[in-house]
Amino acid sequence: MAAVDAETIGKSYGATAVLDDVSLRFEDGRFTSLLGPSGSGKTTLLRIVAGFVTADRGRILIGGEDVTSVPVWKRAIGMVFQSYALFPHMSVDDNVAFGLARRGVRGAEASRRVGEALEMVRLSGFGARRPKELSGGQQQRVALARAIVTRPRVLLLDEPLSALDRRLRQEMQVELKRIQREVGITTIFVTHDQEEALALSDHVAILDRGRIVQAGPPGEIYERPATRFAASFLGDANFLEGVVAEGGVIVGGVLVRTDDPLPAPGTKALLAVRPEKIALVPAWGAAPAGHNAVPATVRQVVYAGAASTYLLDGPGGVALTVFAQNRTGGPVAEAGATVTLAFPPKQTILIKD
Amino acid sequence: MTALGKLFLFAVLGFLYLPVAVLVAMAFNASPLYALPFEFTTHWFEELAGNDKLLAATRNSVLIAILTTVLATVIGALAAIALSRRRFRGRTLLRLLLLPPIAIPWLIIGTAMLVFFFWTGIGRGLHAMVLGHVALAIPYVVLVVGAGLNNTRIDLEEAAMSLGSTPLHAFFAVTLPLLMPSLIAAALFAFAVSLDQFVISYFLATPGVSTLPVEIYTSIRKGFTPEVNAVSSLLLAASMILIIIFARLTKVGGVSGRR
Repeated sequence: MAAVDAETIGKSYGATAVLDDVSLRFEDGRFTSLLGPSGSGKTTLLRIVAGFVTADRGRILIGGEDVTSVPVWKRAIGMVFQSYALFPHMSVDDNVAFGLARRGVRGAEASRRVGEALEMVRLSGFGARRPKELSGGQQQRVALARAIVTRPRVLLLDEPLSALDRRLRQEMQVELKRIQREVGITTIFVTHDQEEALALSDHVAILDRGRIVQAGPPGEIYERPATRFAASFLGDANFLEGVVAEGGVIVGGVLVRTDDPLPAPGTKALLAVRPEKIALVPAWGAAPAGHNAVPATVRQVVYAGAASTYLLDGPGGVALTVFAQNRTGGPVAEAGATVTLAFPPKQTILIKD
Repeated sequence: MTALGKLFLFAVLGFLYLPVAVLVAMAFNASPLYALPFEFTTHWFEELAGNDKLLAATRNSVLIAILTTVLATVIGALAAIALSRRRFRGRTLLRLLLLPPIAIPWLIIGTAMLVFFFWTGIGRGLHAMVLGHVALAIPYVVLVVGAGLNNTRIDLEEAAMSLGSTPLHAFFAVTLPLLMPSLIAAALFAFAVSLDQFVISYFLATPGVSTLPVEIYTSIRKGFTPEVNAVSSLLLAASMILIIIFARLTKVGGVSGRR
């Protein structure tokens, strides 16, 4: 086990910068997700840590040791590929034993460890089968067993769940997290799925166009997004643009207050509010004391049983979204109704555009 | 399947196999003039055992075919790997240039080789025929192995490397076993190209050293003997056995039943 450090990693393909001097620490034993859209450089960063891609600039350290010029096969990593990449001409046992044999572990000791690894992924008794005789989820677990059986210093996961259907994916998320905890291995997980990143990670790094936009525990990024991209990529967000005034930001003629320190009055500012932090108050009611009160018109209500999504037009015509539990039986407002949106200044976050 | 479809299938198979069946039957017919009624004999096979020229030519053909198979498969497979896995200047051009030799008439290639081998001092004979056959067979090998390589996956080699394999070990442990059916098919192609080859062999043969197709052609011109039927039948049997082995190994034609 070891921490992994990426130090000012730069990588370009031709004129296109894929990674722009990215620095990130993957703490020992921690599950870190690299979250970003396609083209954000997350996979390239993973492949640089693995050693499949050579960075133009920067260093990779595993357990404090500089491995920048160490080839893949000497880095002592474990990797699970998007396609699983199981060897089709070998049995499950032979697949799992492959890495052990490369490290000189053979015979009874190898059999014992293969057995342990298959037990850990709950596939005992499947050892004699060929990969094509297994379901997608089972192949996935074999790939995981194969990657961890050699006790690598770091486990690299390249969108390993994306080929599975939704139900199986959720099941595998739980399994993956359990196994990662049991083994206690430093894990780097590449995904474009925000829910997956939230559910699995101790730490999330959001990438956009080759840069790390924000890194931190998932709850911190969700509650305190730093930029418009981070706020919209991890979860949903309402954005309120306006001009800084005394005590808040004027958005479409309405003063919206925030607990965050504001720049000088007169400058432009951007605020973000998560849709579930906003309460809908009927026009005849009043917002709780100290809350922001923003008038809006309901454009559409999407009823989804437990909760409803309200699409609204706010001050200056800005499009807003509110999630609310259907506590009182059905939606609390209909399309066309004029309402007041109430939300605390503490949940009104000043972000960078 | 409909009755009409079955009939069509049998008609096609009949068209393919009837001439061959007649040849085999005549190898066992007593009359040297193909006279009926059929009278079974193994006389022509006994005669064949005493026909040193035909036997020597057969040995040459088989020897050349084996040498061609080994050389063309190794060279062609390496070329195919380079063309599919390496990025280098002129790769596309090289790949394109591999195709025309398949389309150029053998007569022209044969003439060219004769002139070239004479001019360079390579001359004629067994070694020249092997060279010619290898050159002919390589494009087929590159095509077949190249197609096979397109179906192998880079991620499997990457997985092997992540587990501690060097690129060379990853190739031998993962890619090569998966490439085996293509390699066997390519080898069979090379073998068939060589064994079949008449024009180039004819040009490069010397009076003492010829191949079976050349010898058969010569003996037909001199006056037909059913020994040619006998040796052809033996060759046919050998090819059939090879094809069946190939089908078994590669599971072509559903021999093993399961996909």
